[in-house]
Amino acid sequence: MRAKQHAEAAQEFIRDEARTDWHDETLWFVRAKRDKAVNTLPEWEKLRDWASQIKNHTLSNLDYYLKSFEEKAISNGIVVHWASDAEDHNRIIHKIIADNKIDKIVKSKSMLTEECHLNEYLQNKGIQILDTDLGEYIVQLRKESPSHIVLPAIHLKRQDVSETFHEHLNTEKGNNDPQYLAGSARHHLRERFIESDLAITGVNFAIAESGSFVVCTNEGNADMGVHSAGIHIACMGIEKLIPKTEHLGVFLRLLARSATGQPITTYSSHFNKPRPGQQMHVVIVDNGRSRQLGRADFRNSLKCIRCAACFNTCPVYRRSGGHSYHSTVAGPIGSILNPNLDMEANSDLPFASTLCGSCSNVCPVKIDIHEQLWKWRQVIVANGYVDKGKKAGMQGMAWVLSNPKVYRMAGKIGRWIMRIFPFILNNSLNVWYKQREMPRAPEKSFRDWFKENK
Amino acid sequence: MNVGLFIPCYIDQFYPDVAIATYQLLKKLGCEVNYPMNQTCCGQPMANSGFSDLTKGCDVNFVKNFRDFDYIVAPSGSCVLHIKEHLKEGGDKAELDKIRHSVYELSEFLVDILKVNHLEASFPHKVGMHISCHGQRGLNLSSMSELVAPAFSKTEHLLNMVNGLDLKKPLRADECCGFGGTFCVFEEAVSVKMGKDRIKEHLVNEVEFICGGDTSCLMHLEGILKRQGSSVKTIHLAEILNSVL
Repeated sequence: MRAKQHAEAAQEFIRDEARTDWHDETLWFVRAKRDKAVNTLPEWEKLRDWASQIKNHTLSNLDYYLKSFEEKAISNGIVVHWASDAEDHNRIIHKIIADNKIDKIVKSKSMLTEECHLNEYLQNKGIQILDTDLGEYIVQLRKESPSHIVLPAIHLKRQDVSETFHEHLNTEKGNNDPQYLAGSARHHLRERFIESDLAITGVNFAIAESGSFVVCTNEGNADMGVHSAGIHIACMGIEKLIPKTEHLGVFLRLLARSATGQPITTYSSHFNKPRPGQQMHVVIVDNGRSRQLGRADFRNSLKCIRCAACFNTCPVYRRSGGHSYHSTVAGPIGSILNPNLDMEANSDLPFASTLCGSCSNVCPVKIDIHEQLWKWRQVIVANGYVDKGKKAGMQGMAWVLSNPKVYRMAGKIGRWIMRIFPFILNNSLNVWYKQREMPRAPEKSFRDWFKENK
Repeated sequence: MNVGLFIPCYIDQFYPDVAIATYQLLKKLGCEVNYPMNQTCCGQPMANSGFSDLTKGCDVNFVKNFRDFDYIVAPSGSCVLHIKEHLKEGGDKAELDKIRHSVYELSEFLVDILKVNHLEASFPHKVGMHISCHGQRGLNLSSMSELVAPAFSKTEHLLNMVNGLDLKKPLRADECCGFGGTFCVFEEAVSVKMGKDRIKEHLVNEVEFICGGDTSCLMHLEGILKRQGSSVKTIHLAEILNSVL
């Protein structure tokens, strides 16, 4: 079944205007916090440049760095797996689980496992995974998907969380105190941390020279899971690499400031090798990334470090909510990544933007997001994923505007109709008119005036 | 100085006063201004909708009309940006490059080329400033709130020369109004919501006018203001700079 298109889902979201305002203001608050944080660093723009260049270099030499990472990781005692797609990724993880006869699993936030629909895959095999990031935990209880890659439950108010917890954790009905609610979740999660045998995490940065990797969280849930479980599986896309440990000094400074306005994530956990007796696995996933790498216009979308600054600044995202993007990664970056995964299903996303350019400006690795949105529009239309009526309209418009005489005649007739028979346009068939008046139609165009007055 | 006046199609058809103000202002400032009579549209509506393949006719017509000028000036950042970034047919590379490099949005032409530092203009009103994205982030007409960089604004520099004008800025200095070309109809709900939110911030400042450099944004905001029955009016920068008591 085809997901609801962005425009339609957004319209539904906006129907509750007060809630839309709340959503917009909540995320704008994060954007403002980001502004404050980045303005404390005079070298901010320099850092963005460096990050962009490091990532460009890495993407240009990805084969080399991937092999280097694998080699070092193996010598550190890490088991490295390669997955060409989501199915592969899920199968590999399931095999590790099955081989070790595990049934209690915790997972810290990993957008890659969301992208691969790992939870669903394992559930169908009778295996339950518990998401331990608080936001992920909330949406998991509600059987929803995350609406934001850093703040997965940002679409929910505390009242919603209170109701969810009351239903699933038996918390007091109507107690909306965030501390109480977080405390209750923590209490439930702690037991699961202790009893779990296997912990899955994502990877924020994988370091080619050392074969180690870094996981950033604010809740310490990745560490809690990993330290109490005998098996650690870390899942990463092939684009997560950076060449050297010293490059972390650039990326860790950019990441948290861009994401939430914090100077650094509360936990930046470095994993080098398994503890004695522990198994450590890394699953390296392609899932369309190498295809994107081969698209000259879109390859640098793979520089993304998943900070979600582009979500928070996007005036469209803030007013339409993450679920309207019907994808794991929503927002502007999602709109340039998802057409690569499924062009037809995501053909609406590059159009869910005014091309205002704010996303490209906040991007800590300087992805030209709004330019890629424009380019995806061209690719999508060229591939025929466009409404026939829209296409015919555009062809008609192009013809009129290519012929000065026709253009002038059309303008004259159009303005005349608007003046004499405004009801022809001022009705419910005119989408503009639904919530906006039409512009006044003057008797004379500028050209007419110019001929008389020059 | 031989200036070709580039008047975007919807300004020609619906907002001739903006074009007249631009024309008169440039004349007043000593430019020799010509209006090529067969110009139509830059092709942006098609290109931004994914149909850049359909803009050949517009490109060819644009080049035919504007190939002979020292400068091409338009009261629209968005259309100028389109020509700069996407003009690709109608002449050889040198000719297209020349056009791309000599096309200016009005305020950048006044500030960077004419180096205007005095204007005989008067507009004793409380005016809210709307920054249009393509002029700002595309043409660098002012500093951007996302970047760590010194603050500047070519538009404000000009408005500061206008007698009696009381300039008010909205809380979110440079958030998009939601027009977005065909976005305004294909994403109608978000578009209008964005426009309403922009207007709300200007109303807090009790402005009489919302001023901007792109009539497309203003047309969208005007449509919402009128539907709301508001007394606040929209006005193009050129109309303010050209106004006298």
